[in-house]
Amino acid sequence: MQQRAVFSGKLLPLLLLLPQIAVTLVFFFWPASQAIMQSVLQEDPFGLSSKLIWFDNFIEVFGNPDYLNSLWVTVLFSGSVSLLSLSIGLFLALQADRIVHGAVVYNTMLVWPYAISAAVAGVLWLFLFNPTIGIVAFALARLGYDWNHLLNSGEAMTLVIAAATWNRVPYNFLFFLAGLQSIPKSLVEASAIDGAGRFSRFWKIVFPLLMPTTFFLVVVNVVYAFFETFGVIHQITEGGPARATEILVYKVFYDGVIGLDLGGSAAQSVVLMTIVIALTVIQFRYIESKVNY
Amino acid sequence: MKMKMLVLQIAAALLFCAAASALQAQTKITWWHAMGGRLGEKVKAIAEGFNKSQSSYQLVPVNKGNYTETMTAGIAAFRAGKPPNIIQVFEVGTATMMAAKGAIKPVYKLMAETGAPFDPGAYLPTVTGYYTTTDGKLLSMPFNSSTPILYYNKEAFKKAGLPDRAPSTWPELVEFAQKTQRAGYPCGFTTAWQSWVQIENFSAWHDVPIATLSNGFGGLKTEFKINSPLHVRHIGNMAKWQKSKIFDYGGRRGSGQAKFTTGKDCVMYMQSSAGYAGIKRTAKFEFGTGMLPYYPDVQGAPRNSIIGGATLWVFEGHSSKEYRGVAEFFGYLSSAAVQADWHQFTGYLPITTAAYKLTKQQGFYSKNPGTETALLQMTRAKPTANSKGLRLGNFVQIRDIINNELEAVWSGKKSAKQALDDAVAQGNRLLRKFERANR
Repeated sequence: MQQRAVFSGKLLPLLLLLPQIAVTLVFFFWPASQAIMQSVLQEDPFGLSSKLIWFDNFIEVFGNPDYLNSLWVTVLFSGSVSLLSLSIGLFLALQADRIVHGAVVYNTMLVWPYAISAAVAGVLWLFLFNPTIGIVAFALARLGYDWNHLLNSGEAMTLVIAAATWNRVPYNFLFFLAGLQSIPKSLVEASAIDGAGRFSRFWKIVFPLLMPTTFFLVVVNVVYAFFETFGVIHQITEGGPARATEILVYKVFYDGVIGLDLGGSAAQSVVLMTIVIALTVIQFRYIESKVNY
Repeated sequence: MKMKMLVLQIAAALLFCAAASALQAQTKITWWHAMGGRLGEKVKAIAEGFNKSQSSYQLVPVNKGNYTETMTAGIAAFRAGKPPNIIQVFEVGTATMMAAKGAIKPVYKLMAETGAPFDPGAYLPTVTGYYTTTDGKLLSMPFNSSTPILYYNKEAFKKAGLPDRAPSTWPELVEFAQKTQRAGYPCGFTTAWQSWVQIENFSAWHDVPIATLSNGFGGLKTEFKINSPLHVRHIGNMAKWQKSKIFDYGGRRGSGQAKFTTGKDCVMYMQSSAGYAGIKRTAKFEFGTGMLPYYPDVQGAPRNSIIGGATLWVFEGHSSKEYRGVAEFFGYLSSAAVQADWHQFTGYLPITTAAYKLTKQQGFYSKNPGTETALLQMTRAKPTANSKGLRLGNFVQIRDIINNELEAVWSGKKSAKQALDDAVAQGNRLLRKFERANR
């Protein structure tokens, strides 16, 4: 039974909601509407001439094999990053939850990478794996493996996935840890007394009770992998080699900011927005219904 | 402590305001540029020099990040109705800037309107040629221009028993590379800016077109020609060399530079002449320079190489007084003394014949062997329609299409023919798009 506060009148609730509404309007609806408008125009970068061409930009985007490639790259990249960072985060949280002494030290150290921005994380990994001067690449060469992510697209993809995952694990770790600590100890202890092993305790008790946290993290991680990994890609591979790591958001940036193709870039960002909205709706409709709070 | 800092800051701000109001009488001219680090300091010094040379104008240089960021910032400022007076734009942005009629004021027009003394003949034709209309009128003021040359590791050459000079042809380069490989150096050569060096300059150097209609100078209907048999042969050779490490790819732009400067990997390196200072600072061995290699069986090769770098564009929409200031600054910038100093400090090419002569007179080239190579290579023949430069729209994106296709060749995913055909097809699509947007 939830307690609800009831406000009389409409002015106060409106007033309280106003900041949030304002922020959403200014930072979401307004730019989004601009993108939609721009996506049906053909315009030179200076805005000197502008022509309504309806869906030509979209037709061109979907007729471009590079775009379809980018779509596939995004699925692979975002899927891997989300899955990996979630499972590693959960694994670490489970281990940290059992620590009795010095838990604070472990937790703090595990959270550190989160304080590093994606761009800096990218540079760090880039230096470690630089085929000519990177220390890890050097060690691999000693072991007889010729690492060159500048030419090998599989290695490039592995590297950006690793960097993005490393940067994201702490966030998931924190939420999972908090989720684990809110599970009543008595439940776990009771099942232990009933003879449940560690494995079945996790899958039958802990994991279901963690579902709300997991669900929230899945939604947030997918959005992260789609958008915020931009810095990692930009620093490490710039979408190369031969477009092997060109995710959708990077292509939007590239065509718009570097290529100054405003219409094409806007059309892509509208498509990207649609994809993410659709994914979020699916997650809420179909997965949330299976979550017990 | 914090309080003290605050007081200091306020004092500084007040002082700044006072100084600014004293300068009110002067006309302020803003210059957005993309020169960071030591080059940025030099830009500041040039502006200070100009400000001291006269009292009517105050030139304020502002760094806006790298080339693309600066250009994007300028365009955004124009759209917002607050463009700077002068903006530095890289050479591949030329077609975009040119097409923006009504947003930019061509230099020849600026000079005519303000009545400033201006002699187009004083400038090096291979530098200005890139930035003129088809009938030879200067659109933007060349500022920093460079051309790719070949750097080689003298110690490695000596160890391999090679003569102390760069290879002049591609077959000779292969022979040199094989000898240094036998002497224990794993890689023969690497290249910076693969599209600029191995496609664009390669074409000019061998006097073959990059695109139809005089590489785009003749109009917007231009189409790519970089899948010619000669291009396919060269890129195919490089793919073969990648396997035997006669060539080893080091990444886009100059990110492969460490392969050369560590002195343990590649013994030759093709990079901009403006990279000289940087290489000199990091390389712990003696190195020499030479012109780009060529295929001796190609008729008309070698011709001349083309430039890269940036020019200064003037935005429309300012007062005539400001334009007089800009014109005066361009005159100052073109003077032999300023140009010679800039050239010697940075490794960029001088833009006037007088500055070239002055540098020679000062004995700079004999004191710094290898610094004249770029100029000799640029000026060795009169530019043809194939070697004047290129003017292609959307070229920033097209260069990356070429980057992507070449990477596919180096990694063995595509044949040279296929990759260049694909680059032509994708490039042409972007050229048509540019044509549509600028009709």
